[in-house]
Amino acid sequence: MTERAHPTPRVYWMIALILAVLTAIEVTIPQVSAFDGVKVPALLGLGAIKFGAVIGFFMHLRFDRKLYRNVFFVGLLGALLLFVVVLLTFEAL
Amino acid sequence: MTLSEMTAGTAGHEAEHHDVIPIRKVAVWVFLASECMFFGAMISTFLLYRSTTGDGPGAEIFNLAFTSASSFVLLMSSLTMVLAHHAYERRDLRQARVWLTGTGLLGITFLSGQIFEFTEFVHGGLKLSTSPFGSAFYMLTGFHGAHVAIGVLMLLGMVILSLDGRIYARRGLNIELVGLYWHFVDIVWIVIFTVVYLLQV
Repeated sequence: MTERAHPTPRVYWMIALILAVLTAIEVTIPQVSAFDGVKVPALLGLGAIKFGAVIGFFMHLRFDRKLYRNVFFVGLLGALLLFVVVLLTFEAL
Repeated sequence: MTLSEMTAGTAGHEAEHHDVIPIRKVAVWVFLASECMFFGAMISTFLLYRSTTGDGPGAEIFNLAFTSASSFVLLMSSLTMVLAHHAYERRDLRQARVWLTGTGLLGITFLSGQIFEFTEFVHGGLKLSTSPFGSAFYMLTGFHGAHVAIGVLMLLGMVILSLDGRIYARRGLNIELVGLYWHFVDIVWIVIFTVVYLLQV
């Protein structure tokens, strides 16, 4: 698959604004006791959205060849597997 | 040879070989995939030892407001980096240099914050050898800081090379590849900030 055109600076600024707002929400969550019940999933979810926005738009994985995406996701999957195996081995999960 | 001649040649070359996979870019993605596993191992280790603080301080020593500001700085450096790459793609070398310099300065700001934070923690009783928590924390955030420092050196190198037009797409280390590395350093921090700081306070 060939590459698609990369976004415009306007899109990059929008993504940066979204990242800044998400970071502000992330920082607020641990400070507000009302969010205690949803703290872990909310923070992991927000982190995942930020992660996806950076790799998708700033690293152009949404627009570049699928090969890059596949190579990177193999590493990411390996890291997650390693994470689960280590924590299960030491009974920390 | 001027930059425009070099880049025009490069553009022509790329147009001729539109479907040819740039092997250096693939190599960078393979490198970043291996780095995922490296940091995955570090983060797993931190999570294993997060409660083993011994007599030393634990996560209560973190200054969330300060680290949040540092995180914001690093996030915004990804914006300036992608704008540098965009300017370079439009052959606007002067603009690319401005954004590259801005990215480097934001990286230096982040590193300064990390040095300040480490100094505060050491004064607060959290040293590398204080506890497994301390060792795991400094190893993880220290290795990330080392990656940022390498990124800053590469950025400053690109700025110096750009002064006489010696950056162009077919060169070993170009703006796009440095940018991929820089964004990767940013996404690793997104994970560290969430797992090490936000989830522990």
